[in-house]
Amino acid sequence: MSQSKISWQRIRDSQLFWPLLALALIMLFNLFFTPGFYNIEIKDGHLSGFLVDIFNRGSILMLLAIGMTMVIATGGVDLSVGAVVAISAAVATVLINPALAEKLISSEELVKDVTSTPLWICILAALVAATACGLWNGLLVSRAKIEPMVATLVLMVAGRGIAQLITHGQIITVYYSRYFFIGNGYLLGIPFSFFIVAFVYLAVWLLARRTAFGMFVESVGINARSSYLSGINEKNIKLIVYTLSGFCAGVAGLIYSSNVKSADANNAGLNLELDAILAVVIGGTLMTGGRFSLLASVIGALVIQATTTTMYALGVPAMAASAIKGLVVLIVVLLYSDQTKLVLGKLFEREGARS
Amino acid sequence: MMERLNIDRKFVPVLATIGVFITLYFYGWLQYKGMRTPQAFLNLFVNNAFLLITSIGMTFVILSKGIDLSVGAMIALTSVVSASLLEHVGLSPFIVLPLMLLMGILFGATMGAIIHFFKVQPFIVTLAGMFIARGMCFFVSLDAIPIHDPFYRTLALYRLPIPFIDKAFLSIGAIIALLVLIVGMYVAHFTRYGRSVYAVGGSEQSALLMGLPVGLIKISVYAISGFCSSLAGIVFSISLLSGHGLYATSVELDAIASVVIGGTLLTGGQGYVFGTLFGVLVTGLIQMLIQFNGNLSSWWTRIAVGALTLIFIAVQSLFATKWKRQAVARSSRTMQTGKPDMSMGDNLSAGSA
Repeated sequence: MSQSKISWQRIRDSQLFWPLLALALIMLFNLFFTPGFYNIEIKDGHLSGFLVDIFNRGSILMLLAIGMTMVIATGGVDLSVGAVVAISAAVATVLINPALAEKLISSEELVKDVTSTPLWICILAALVAATACGLWNGLLVSRAKIEPMVATLVLMVAGRGIAQLITHGQIITVYYSRYFFIGNGYLLGIPFSFFIVAFVYLAVWLLARRTAFGMFVESVGINARSSYLSGINEKNIKLIVYTLSGFCAGVAGLIYSSNVKSADANNAGLNLELDAILAVVIGGTLMTGGRFSLLASVIGALVIQATTTTMYALGVPAMAASAIKGLVVLIVVLLYSDQTKLVLGKLFEREGARS
Repeated sequence: MMERLNIDRKFVPVLATIGVFITLYFYGWLQYKGMRTPQAFLNLFVNNAFLLITSIGMTFVILSKGIDLSVGAMIALTSVVSASLLEHVGLSPFIVLPLMLLMGILFGATMGAIIHFFKVQPFIVTLAGMFIARGMCFFVSLDAIPIHDPFYRTLALYRLPIPFIDKAFLSIGAIIALLVLIVGMYVAHFTRYGRSVYAVGGSEQSALLMGLPVGLIKISVYAISGFCSSLAGIVFSISLLSGHGLYATSVELDAIASVVIGGTLLTGGQGYVFGTLFGVLVTGLIQMLIQFNGNLSSWWTRIAVGALTLIFIAVQSLFATKWKRQAVARSSRTMQTGKPDMSMGDNLSAGSA
């Protein structure tokens, strides 16, 4: 594409424009108000600093946002991702040290750097459990025809209970050092979680954009019935996106539990479903479904993580930060609604009738 | 005959919930001695007063086809702000109480206005509202604030004895909750406003064409929900005599689950405030049974409530599809809509009741 064709209008219409602008604004804010934000130094042979931290901490959110984008693109929503993160974390950590969940054992035995199940089985089991959760959501939405918000609400409520059932209500601490590599390790000086995100992103991107699948998803999101009439198996499309979202949450759960070296069924992934939805919304994918952009959602996740990190750097208490986050989201949503009104005035009327 | 069937249908979900409640209670009555006292039954109201108040507000929102995710955060915000005003500022409770209710109404109305004027999904706006309210709590205070106000203490210790029954009482919260229930039932089922809420939930388009003030109704249901959750917050802070930002986490989920179990359809326009009472009672009863059992851990409550919600939703959606098909078949000649959820058939049948 030649340079002259990229007009201002074209840039502004791009789904990437607004999230990038938001990210740029936060970065600009940090340039002036947060000392040392852009410092990147090499510590123990790997990169460290606020920016690296945003990527590392944001990896969980980015993964969830990738799965959530596809779900929202079909016109649904997945509220259960936070609970699925907890389930995945619980399964992996319990398999590493099953004794911990059952009885009190001596501390020497507890802190041994061993695993009672091979690591790959732990990871596989966690991913299978999470994918099964996604599949369950997908079945409820596509086969039982339950409204997505309600269907996933069930797992959101019950999921934490299930996670606690797995951990027997204990906070499972992991002492197996090889497991830490997933969320804390560095490869070529870059956080390993970054590679996981890149891999998942690439895989989903290939599925969505190099096959017709992405088109089908958008089609179902715009009008499920006409998609069905034009020969798209909308049920299976929905089933797949929810399963995918569950899988992404499973990977996120592994990173989370490995990062904090424990699994707390009550607090693992708490409120993450909200952050993931917000990331997708900031990324410009409409909640009513249709056109989506995976990259925009990932940038949206970075925006949220950057905002959070900035507020921590400024010394805002973690819980109070959520007020500012909510305010930011509200502003973004209102901006979008105006913008959509201007650009897609016609589409808006239809949206009003639908939602 | 069709007419009679119609009436039966509308009450099926509520009757099912009542059936579940009675069955569960009967089971508990047989199983545990502690549940055979009248006070055990009254405790369902005492312990779940704030949930009942919140759920009634939520019922109105859901009837209008919306959702309010900010209620739990609003309860926490009310508890923190009222505790702070009482303890740190030293205001009289008679100023603080109306101020809190006003705050709830304004907060809800603001969200409603954004939902209506900007045509943003209720889900997103109230989600942001939840974040904001929760965060505001911690701007006020990071720690729990104990309330020493004598008026609050009197309210907290007040017990209304039930006439003719020994050792049976209701707390002030339970009394407020029952009053809210009565007012809620009256407003929803016996006033013009209530019918308008049903109409908007059934089909916003039709309500608009009928000349109903849709915007006002949509904004007001969120104001009602805000009022109810701040009232619930007051009840909550009276019972605990303190305020903290971490109180009432995930109450929004319990409230939604209670409303759904109570037979109100999340698609709007169908349900009863009375059903919500039983939704709350069933949720409370499950918790109570698990406590009485003693062997089951508390997380079983979540699983049981989740499972029960699912069963109710599944059955409802099954019936709803079946009835819709019948309703559509009846009026197929007059109506040709592409979207099944836009067909007004059974949604309006409750609204016109």
